[in-house]
Amino acid sequence: MAKATPTKRPEPVLEIKGLSVTLPEGADREFAIQDISFTVGSGEIVCVVGESGSGKSVTAHTVMGLIPRKDLKPVAGEAVLNGEDLLVKSEAELRKLRGERMAMIFQEPMTALNPVMKVGDQIGEMLEIHTGMSGSERDARILEVMTDVNLPEPKKLFDTYPHQLSGGQRQRIMIAMALALEPGLLIADEPTTALDVTTQAQILVLIKDIQVRHGTGVLFITHDFGVVAEIADHVVVMQHGLVVEQGPAAQILGKPSHPYTQMLISSVPSLIPPDRPEPEVKETALQVHNLDKTYGDGGFFKKGRQVKAAQGVELVIHRGETLGVVGESGSGKSTVARCIVRLIDPTGGEIMISGQNIAGLAEKALRPYRRDVQIVFQDPYRSLNPRRTVGQSIVEGPMNFGLSHSDAVDRARELMRVVGLSPDALERFPHQFSGGQRQRICIARALAMEPKVLIADEAVSALDVSVQAQVLELLDDVRKRFDLAMLFITHDLRVAAQICDRIMVMQNGIVVEHGLTAQVYANPGHSYTEALLSAAPGRHTEFAKLA
Amino acid sequence: MSVDANPQAMEPESVPAKAELSQWQIIRSHPSIIIGGILLGIMILIGVIGPLFTVDPIALNPIKRLKPPQAEFFFGTDFLGRDVFARVVHGARISLVVGLAVSAIAVGIGLIIGMISGYIRVLDAIIMRIMDGLMSIPAILLAIALISLSGATLATVVIAIVVPEVPRVVRLVRSVVLTVREEPYVEAAIAAGTTLPLILYRHILPNTIAPMIVQATYICGSAMLTESILGFLGAGIPPEIPSWGNIMAEGRTYFQISPWIIFYPGIALAVTVLSVNILGDGMRDTLDPRIARKM
Repeated sequence: MAKATPTKRPEPVLEIKGLSVTLPEGADREFAIQDISFTVGSGEIVCVVGESGSGKSVTAHTVMGLIPRKDLKPVAGEAVLNGEDLLVKSEAELRKLRGERMAMIFQEPMTALNPVMKVGDQIGEMLEIHTGMSGSERDARILEVMTDVNLPEPKKLFDTYPHQLSGGQRQRIMIAMALALEPGLLIADEPTTALDVTTQAQILVLIKDIQVRHGTGVLFITHDFGVVAEIADHVVVMQHGLVVEQGPAAQILGKPSHPYTQMLISSVPSLIPPDRPEPEVKETALQVHNLDKTYGDGGFFKKGRQVKAAQGVELVIHRGETLGVVGESGSGKSTVARCIVRLIDPTGGEIMISGQNIAGLAEKALRPYRRDVQIVFQDPYRSLNPRRTVGQSIVEGPMNFGLSHSDAVDRARELMRVVGLSPDALERFPHQFSGGQRQRICIARALAMEPKVLIADEAVSALDVSVQAQVLELLDDVRKRFDLAMLFITHDLRVAAQICDRIMVMQNGIVVEHGLTAQVYANPGHSYTEALLSAAPGRHTEFAKLA
Repeated sequence: MSVDANPQAMEPESVPAKAELSQWQIIRSHPSIIIGGILLGIMILIGVIGPLFTVDPIALNPIKRLKPPQAEFFFGTDFLGRDVFARVVHGARISLVVGLAVSAIAVGIGLIIGMISGYIRVLDAIIMRIMDGLMSIPAILLAIALISLSGATLATVVIAIVVPEVPRVVRLVRSVVLTVREEPYVEAAIAAGTTLPLILYRHILPNTIAPMIVQATYICGSAMLTESILGFLGAGIPPEIPSWGNIMAEGRTYFQISPWIIFYPGIALAVTVLSVNILGDGMRDTLDPRIARKM
């Protein structure tokens, strides 16, 4: 590792020196983190990046004293906050330090807040525990910090419950709580991962702004290099519990020296769509006309609130091409996919497959058309029945359509090779595979049906960036090989740019824009598309590519 | 990476040793399963072979009535001079048969109704309102009513205890089905054209097994208690059959002068129900992954 010659780093708030934490016996490695050292200066944002299992969260939780000491033992090194080693502190001393000197914000603001307590009171609780402020002083301070995190109408929001707020507002409340006592160190553990991209952009601006105004040192944990590019001053790259490289953000992102960092950064998909030949228009595989889906028809006695999840959606996919559907959560992109697979019944419209409108078909009449459309889901850990072997899962579909067991197994073996797995693995159970491998198995299961249309519903969103790149490549490869029409649903504009021939942008159940990928990215025709593109983190940063 | 390149390259990862714990190792780390199992095993053994070694439990011997426990009569005799020990040993059979039969039948029926209710939304509201109705009647009252309608035999007592237990099982199964049916692997099976009965059997049913085993043990324990209560109230199995409830019912009048008539069947009942409950607790801990993970 090239020792980064620091361009004058500020006084450290947090110094981690040679810290090692052991994992419980029987885990796949001895140390959760091993001999890691880095510092967080005041008024500095240090990003710790790494893939899942790299030990980045353990590092943060060790500093906060939130690890279960029975299972995870710090065995060496120190974590020094303003000159005091946190590892030797008692629980009571730590409790005092948490909040006053260091604070943490979490990934999921909905679960991090108490659902039955007004948000103002939750911020007030911090002040009540740590200061001797009177009630009116507290209220004044609460409104002050709520204003500080740019919450609109703090007086009104004071008396709301978490579920009444949007995700972004909840995360602002979390940040307000963390900042109430002006701690010198703010630890943020993937604080924007659960948020939509436009909200994420606002929260990142807020964190950066607060850090500048208050001179807080921020330890920011993320897996997203776009986010790193957006806010980091200093970057620490972790792999398998080790720090493999650290240095100023510009250096790490532009000229990474460690092979692992190079691999990670080159795996980040570019926001600029590659040059693609105009897709030749082949036979139409799927045509959707005027699709509607409305939720909530009310019960016997009451007229329910209606949610229009999809309205008048039109789309056509030809064989051999990829249509991307992008949008934020609640935009209706998954609803469209689930209607096409007929996991839910559309309220109106037509879904034409093989010359048949399947939108209103009863289950029995629908079954022959089921094999034409297959879907790969987001969560690889829930997509396979944990009690059935991988082989059983793959042969299930073909055998429903009359293939003999031995033929189905032969096909499964063949497909395991296609997706880059050993055919012998058919006998194993899903828990023996990693997330990326499971997603390959799900693709094999879908291909076993010999579909015309393959729907990938956020199929790579749960995967680490290096694995994501491989699965994307696999999806593109099977599309070409089997001449599939692919409907690729994602919230990630980078991924969409790389894999889609055409892009459809959805907002609140309506398709707002549709066109060739390169066109949409270069000249967005709708203000929402523009907003999405300008919110994409790290859009101005050129990531280093492997030579 | 080209997909054709060396498919052998991606072997499934080696699994950490922790995941390979065998069933036996898991059981061994939960002493309550072993303790409960041994206790229950002893009771079953007594029920099965015990009666071969005792005197006739209904043979009257008025000369030796109300004798306290002694070498000839371990548990003493009752007001008709019958050997309480022999009666308690025979009673084990009745209690265990009632407990096991009730739990098997209630779980079987509840499983089927619960799966249908949880998966087929149209029937859900109708079935669950019937179950709510059944649950709103006190179990003992319902059982007494059923028995007085059909006459007291072992079979009617079993049925009378099963009926109020079924709704509890249905509710549990339904809740499991409601969560599992949303799992992507179930949706993948639907998309693959798997028929409804196969989806229920392959993908839904296995998820209900663990909570069902646990529920079955609790039903077994409570069925034995209910049977005794019915016997004690005189509404259960005909009095000539020595069930623990019947023995206690008959000893009630003599409790102050010869407490052993109630004491020994009471102990037997308590130990049996306790063993079943300990076993159930242990199984819940091993089978419920949320609790097992904390171990």
